[in-house]
Amino acid sequence: MLADFGFVGLFIIVAIAFSALLIILPVVFRYLKIVPYNPNPIKNATFECGMETIGRTWVQFNFRYYFYALIFLALDVLAVFLYPWAVELRQLGTSGFLGALVFIIVIVVGYLYAWQKKVLEWK
Amino acid sequence: MAFDIAFWLLAIVSVVAALAVVTLRNIFRAALSLVLCFITVAGLYVTLSADFLAAVQILVYVGAISILLILGIMLTRDVQLGSPTNKLRFPAFLAAIVFFGTVAWAVLNTTWGISPQGPLEPTTATLAGKLFGENGYILTVEIAAVLLLAAILGAIVLVREK
Repeated sequence: MLADFGFVGLFIIVAIAFSALLIILPVVFRYLKIVPYNPNPIKNATFECGMETIGRTWVQFNFRYYFYALIFLALDVLAVFLYPWAVELRQLGTSGFLGALVFIIVIVVGYLYAWQKKVLEWK
Repeated sequence: MAFDIAFWLLAIVSVVAALAVVTLRNIFRAALSLVLCFITVAGLYVTLSADFLAAVQILVYVGAISILLILGIMLTRDVQLGSPTNKLRFPAFLAAIVFFGTVAWAVLNTTWGISPQGPLEPTTATLAGKLFGENGYILTVEIAAVLLLAAILGAIVLVREK
């Protein structure tokens, strides 16, 4: 198992090295005078989807996003519990199935309540 | 050998990231270094042969808790101000030192029992048996479902409050 995760570690190392290389390479090239250095305001401008930003770049998000983040967190934990059950579906049999069913129903009650109270609608 | 290198690399990065969380002025960068800390903790779980726990750490902490944190930061009004220091700086430092000393003393003075049994691989199937199988912890799992339901209802109340 550790050997399998070794590949994950290798992937992370390669990703970090690649990102670092992309940052370091232009600096090294400029130091070696391979690329010319003639800055002007247009070159130094921050490129953001081709548009100049108007006002502050930090905007206050709508409060409603937090609700969706909380709902997503609940769904995430639901997935964490269901994953081992799905792996051992055949061995666990009917009792495991019923247990998982009760688990899902209890949580779906919350989502149905949210639906009924119309909090999922964006006004 | 490679195992030791991986452990020390992960341990050093996680401690540095955790220190960055409390020392960085920019609160958004602090949140990002907390995410890095979560990722390295997942790596530490892997070195302890807890593969499912590592996946859960990535999925829940790196995936969801960090989104919650960053959204919480984006919701605050004065993000640019960062985390200004206040009068509680010294008491907080003192409390942290006392807590660290207590934990370090407890860790160093405990005789840790080492099991001769090798680690279980992979852990997911065994965990499934413990959670949903016969003589397992099915009641605890259902209680966890009720806890999640309470979290969803709490979120609904939070949004509906005028």
